[in-house]
Amino acid sequence: MTDTSTRPTTRTPSGSAPPARAARTSWWGRQDITRGFWVKLALVALVDALGVYGVLAAGAQKQWGIVAFLVVALVAVNVVYFSKRMLPAKYLVPGLLFLLVYQVFVVLYTGYTAFTNYGDGHNSTQADAVEAILVQNEARLPDSPAYPLTVISDGDQLGFAVVDGDGAAQMGTAEEPLHPVDAPIENGHVASVNGWITLSFNDILEQQAEVFALRVPISQDPNDGSLRTPDGSTAYVYGSTMVWDEEAQTITDTSRDIVYTADQDKGAFVSPIGAQLGTGWKVRVGLDNFTTVFTDSSLRGPFVGVLIWTFAFAILSVATTFAFGLFMAIVLNHPKVRGRKIYRSLLIVPYAFPAFLTALVWQGMLNRDFGFVNQTLLGGAHIPWLTDPWLAKISVLVVNLWLGFPYMFLICTGALQSIPSELYEAGKIDGAKPWRLFRSLTMPLLLVSTAPLLIASFAFNFNNFNVIYLLTEGGPDDLSAPVDVGATDILITFVYRLAFGGVNRQYGLACAVSILIFAIVASISAATFRKTRALEDLI
Amino acid sequence: MAAVDTALPTRRGKKATVGLPGQNDVNPHGLRWWRELGWRHVVTWGALAFAFIPILYVVSSSLNPTGSLTGSNTLFSSISFDNYVDLLTDPVHPYARWFWNTLMIASVTALGTVMIGAAAAYAFSRFRFRGRRGGLLSLLLVQMFPQMLAYVAIFLLLVTLKDVFPAIGLGTRLGLILVYLGGALGVNTYLMYGFFNTVPRELDEAAKIDGASHAQIFFTIILRLVAPILAVVGLLSFVGVFSDFLIASVVLVDPNSQTLPVGLYQFVSQRFSEYWGVFAAGAVLAAIPVVLLFQFLQRYIVSGLTAGSVKG
Repeated sequence: MTDTSTRPTTRTPSGSAPPARAARTSWWGRQDITRGFWVKLALVALVDALGVYGVLAAGAQKQWGIVAFLVVALVAVNVVYFSKRMLPAKYLVPGLLFLLVYQVFVVLYTGYTAFTNYGDGHNSTQADAVEAILVQNEARLPDSPAYPLTVISDGDQLGFAVVDGDGAAQMGTAEEPLHPVDAPIENGHVASVNGWITLSFNDILEQQAEVFALRVPISQDPNDGSLRTPDGSTAYVYGSTMVWDEEAQTITDTSRDIVYTADQDKGAFVSPIGAQLGTGWKVRVGLDNFTTVFTDSSLRGPFVGVLIWTFAFAILSVATTFAFGLFMAIVLNHPKVRGRKIYRSLLIVPYAFPAFLTALVWQGMLNRDFGFVNQTLLGGAHIPWLTDPWLAKISVLVVNLWLGFPYMFLICTGALQSIPSELYEAGKIDGAKPWRLFRSLTMPLLLVSTAPLLIASFAFNFNNFNVIYLLTEGGPDDLSAPVDVGATDILITFVYRLAFGGVNRQYGLACAVSILIFAIVASISAATFRKTRALEDLI
Repeated sequence: MAAVDTALPTRRGKKATVGLPGQNDVNPHGLRWWRELGWRHVVTWGALAFAFIPILYVVSSSLNPTGSLTGSNTLFSSISFDNYVDLLTDPVHPYARWFWNTLMIASVTALGTVMIGAAAAYAFSRFRFRGRRGGLLSLLLVQMFPQMLAYVAIFLLLVTLKDVFPAIGLGTRLGLILVYLGGALGVNTYLMYGFFNTVPRELDEAAKIDGASHAQIFFTIILRLVAPILAVVGLLSFVGVFSDFLIASVVLVDPNSQTLPVGLYQFVSQRFSEYWGVFAAGAVLAAIPVVLLFQFLQRYIVSGLTAGSVKG
């Protein structure tokens, strides 16, 4: 079980004890110098190199969480692979590291985000929000002097060089506020700045979008405003109509004389009458996202509808695929049916067809006006398969039946063949009719062996994003609903809409619904697994 | 799972078919034949029609030179390869790139999944250590949280990683592969664990006495004996990644690095009915690798599926 076993010379029966003791004297002596060792050394060295690079890069970005994780992971990897013990760990560590980062961490992070208001308008810190609000509300000051402007570039970024009121040259960039610079002035404009290229008129035309978007802060204080140019040859002072008071934590809209106060519970600036500024910041909101789902009148209705349909979809999908698969398995489970093998291998062909393609192909076939089903199979009908709420639900189920029945057919065929034929003999001798045999013999035995698979299938269909999204995108959309929701939306496509769909992305709310989905699937699976005792058999 | 394992159709076959209901030694004729066997053929043909119409339809559409949805409604009315040519020469939709990306991402992920899962299954099956039972149970728990539910968090994580490790950040294929590998352990370890347990421990013991190290036992003995389950896990992971739309669409933004599901979806969502033929050609080509893999590994799949996996 130890690495010494790779060195047959040390395993002489009489001399095994003294060399082992001698080898224990130094760390180096304890390592076995085999080909495997060098491979291991190279791999660990590579991991270490990447890890150290990561620590430095993350440190530079002040991502202390990543730094801490990398340090712990690196120590763990080195200890595990250079220790003589911890054999199981040597095999588990690679998978565990991936699992920790991309599964456990993201699950925990989902949980954390579910308790925040993260989303559009709430995606950064308060300082970023203040700056964004001030910049958004900038306008050219009516009394601003006109500064003769030269646009300069250092290859990466643009900058402004201007001649101020005293006739002195100043320059600045988006990051660097305006500061005096020693530069020659010709014709009232700064001619050139050392280390920078002066842009010609044509250069400015080429990059006009960047030039017009550039704002050079006058000073470190965002309240002082910035220099911007509307034409590329003159700069004006732009000031924000909003004034930020850090002491009082307020933003004042000077144009309309409204004071917005920072509300750390909402992560937004709120006026006395309750109006909010559009840009806020990320704060923890406790259980708000969860309670919103159930209490907000605009969300509760759609959510409950989606929840019911999700259950209906998952249960009906399992039921229809299982019933059809089982039926076909029984039909072909007769030894005298000619061509049984060919039939069987043909029936599972849909299973080999990638699911996302199936959904897209069916989307075309079910098209109301041009689709194959209406035009060819039904002779020119105009049945709104995908655009009527109820028909769309049926269509989704039929497509999922097409996708899922071969799998059920496979497992039912296997399970049927494992039922001992003596049982049927005994049943027939007792006078049981075929239906009775099926009900009292086939079904119970079949369910015992397929129950865990049916549960897995339920859990899978509960989150069957591909079929729903690629066939109907969750639609037809319910236009009367206050949120973005459609008739065939299941929970996971609903979450997708919340997070990435519309104009107002609500990551926090989406994560909260994800957690709810997990809770539902996990408790159902756990309860049924317990019942089927699949777990006890396994471990 | 033991009950399911015994149900492998491949291992059964002849013995089980003996003495099923309705069997006797004379082949039936006439009405009797119809009642016993004939209807089975009819029903099966019906099911085959259901199974094959979409496939025939998409193949026919891909060969139809009109290229529109309406024009494709008469199956195999005319045949040409125009759509395939259009598909491979479209500069806006780099189909060949998508194909290559998908194959690459799916193959690397499948390989990584097999290695990671096999190593973990070996540890759980062959070593007795503290936290073994707890570890297996927590894997079961973690895998109940499907990775795709956490795609919001995955998105945010990759945005952060982009600043530290640009190579595995948002928008990179390597980043996507690593995300998939994170889900590798939870789902597949069980499947493999059961199979590893069926390999007799005496083999390890014997090898150990002959002086083999644990690594040699793993790489040269165990891995060869569990090849069928490795094939199944590799295939399932390949197909799962091949079909994944959700995470791929969140992670990959640039058209040149996208995968087939994301790319083909754009085809359909942007210019649906006029470009139907081109889409159909893309779908047929995309289906080929998966169908081929299934054909090659069919023997293994049947047993692997009955051991408890679901199509992804």
